[in-house]
Amino acid sequence: MFTDFSDRTWLWAAAGFYFAGFALGTIALLRQGRPSGSATLLLIAFGYALQLAGLGVRGRAVGGCPLGNQFEFYQFIAWSAITLYLVIGVTFRNSLLGYFTSALASALTLLSLAIPAWDAMQRTHIFGSNPWIELHAALAVFSYGVFGLLALTSILFLLRNHSLKSKHLGGWFSFLPSILDLDHIGVRLLVAGVTILAVSLGVGSVYWVRDMSSVNLTKLIVTFAIWLAYAAALGLRLRGILLAKRFSWACLALFVAALLSLGPVDRSRHPVERAEVRAR
Amino acid sequence: MSADGLFVIGATHHRVPLAVREKLSLGPEAAAALQAEFAGIEGLREFAVLNTCNRVEFYGVGAHSDVAARISAAFCARQRFDVLEFEKVRLELRGRDAIQHLVEVSAGLDSQMLGETEIFGQVKEAYATAQASGTTGPVLNRIFQKGFQAAKHIRTHTAITEGHVSVANVAVDLALNIFGELTAARILLVGAGEVGEKTARAFQSRGASALTVASRRLERAMELATALGASAMPFEQREARLAEFDVVVCATSAPDVVMSLVATKTAMHKRPARPLFFIDQALPRDVDPAVAEIENVFLYNLDDLAKIAEENRVAREAEMAKCRVMVAAKSDALWRQVATQIEGLANRVEPRSVQQEKPA
Repeated sequence: MFTDFSDRTWLWAAAGFYFAGFALGTIALLRQGRPSGSATLLLIAFGYALQLAGLGVRGRAVGGCPLGNQFEFYQFIAWSAITLYLVIGVTFRNSLLGYFTSALASALTLLSLAIPAWDAMQRTHIFGSNPWIELHAALAVFSYGVFGLLALTSILFLLRNHSLKSKHLGGWFSFLPSILDLDHIGVRLLVAGVTILAVSLGVGSVYWVRDMSSVNLTKLIVTFAIWLAYAAALGLRLRGILLAKRFSWACLALFVAALLSLGPVDRSRHPVERAEVRAR
Repeated sequence: MSADGLFVIGATHHRVPLAVREKLSLGPEAAAALQAEFAGIEGLREFAVLNTCNRVEFYGVGAHSDVAARISAAFCARQRFDVLEFEKVRLELRGRDAIQHLVEVSAGLDSQMLGETEIFGQVKEAYATAQASGTTGPVLNRIFQKGFQAAKHIRTHTAITEGHVSVANVAVDLALNIFGELTAARILLVGAGEVGEKTARAFQSRGASALTVASRRLERAMELATALGASAMPFEQREARLAEFDVVVCATSAPDVVMSLVATKTAMHKRPARPLFFIDQALPRDVDPAVAEIENVFLYNLDDLAKIAEENRVAREAEMAKCRVMVAAKSDALWRQVATQIEGLANRVEPRSVQQEKPA
């Protein structure tokens, strides 16, 4: 019976589970309790499986990795962040990270589902028959998922720093991880994100060098600028210049910039095609 | 259903001041001798002795109601304490109330420091000693074992043990909020007085091992360092070597600041990515309050620590209502399980003393 479900049905169901994880945590926090790590993990895992099914259906329909429009970008970023959470969150037994990840995933997935224009066109075979280009695109968007989790870790860091500096340690501040742990997780995520995006850009540049007209200049400049900004943040962090609060704010601002850049990147890729779709 | 068979009598911190508790406290030899005496009391079927710094309690199962009075008399005689005085302050509970008391004590609900967990181990030890001596039987075995389960349940399902209520442990909790774990944290204790020593020991009990003591009198620093298994350093080097440490516990009686803003800034310049945590337990304060403005530096003084300890204590008290409901339910259930057994023991035709029941 599930074979009749459309990709968006799966993805709505996935968004529902992510939102349920967020709602469960919110209720627990409002009752001054600790969000249940195992319940949140279970809901996220269910949502992840459903999202995987939805992206799988979409992938088969478009004949490749579903990264053809802004809707798919947001879905893939949420999926990437959840993938990492399922590794990091479980390792660190951090129920608040689960809570915030479910908040991010439900926000990204619900927003993308709620704006039909973002999914107005489903481009098929956008990568042609070239798996390297597909890998380039998948890695690039996956790195955005890593940066998404980094942004969440940064929020946790800022909250923990605020609680320690203001000496308010009760309530749900007591569920936050230590400030040093959050800093270490943040640096590791930044290293991972910068590396993955660098590999993606490396793979893409091979084709750009061969045929410069194949890559839109706006997309190239925006993506490279995002990577450069994150790489600069990493360099400054490792040299002990960009630290603690400022480092966290920088990671948050960069993620917002990265998300906002997706729109122009998408529009710049196939302007003619978009115009045709709108005209229909 | 007779409630008299099962009883607890004793003296606790609630009604007995420290000076009197000192007189009632049992040393190891006195406790052993008293147990031997109790074993000879006619009609006493089972018993266990709980002896801590805040309480001396005797749990027993007797064939008749005056067994408890005989225990009181034997105890007072051994401690050379007036029986009438003892009766004025003593705790005496029977039947279900005795079970409830045991659960409350085991869960730390009856402790001077509400929700403390050390008492659980002490009750377990008291029970193990009684069991090894053969003075427990079916009733006490059941109520102690089930009582432990109930206490664990209460501690797990309420927040009664959350947040420490002593200043030293609050300081350690704060360090854990900053560093996650203390095994790799380097701690500097400035001042070799009692307050600092207490905090240093609290850190050690939670995994800290790299401890250095600095004091104006180097010999006193070395003495304390030896006692703590730590190292000592001259007081004059405290600021120059500040960058080497993660946690600095200041507890001197110096009239002026011993950790300056300039020295802290210099230290942080050398280790910008690693947080520095100052615990200022001195009065007047040892650490320049302005250091709190530096990024990655956290400063807590005596008032801050006391305030957190008080908040934790209030939070624990707020959990008491929830705990009491749980204790009542557990005690009722346990009482229903043992009441018939107790009545059976009391009605036995030829009561034998505990000593006679002891295995060969």
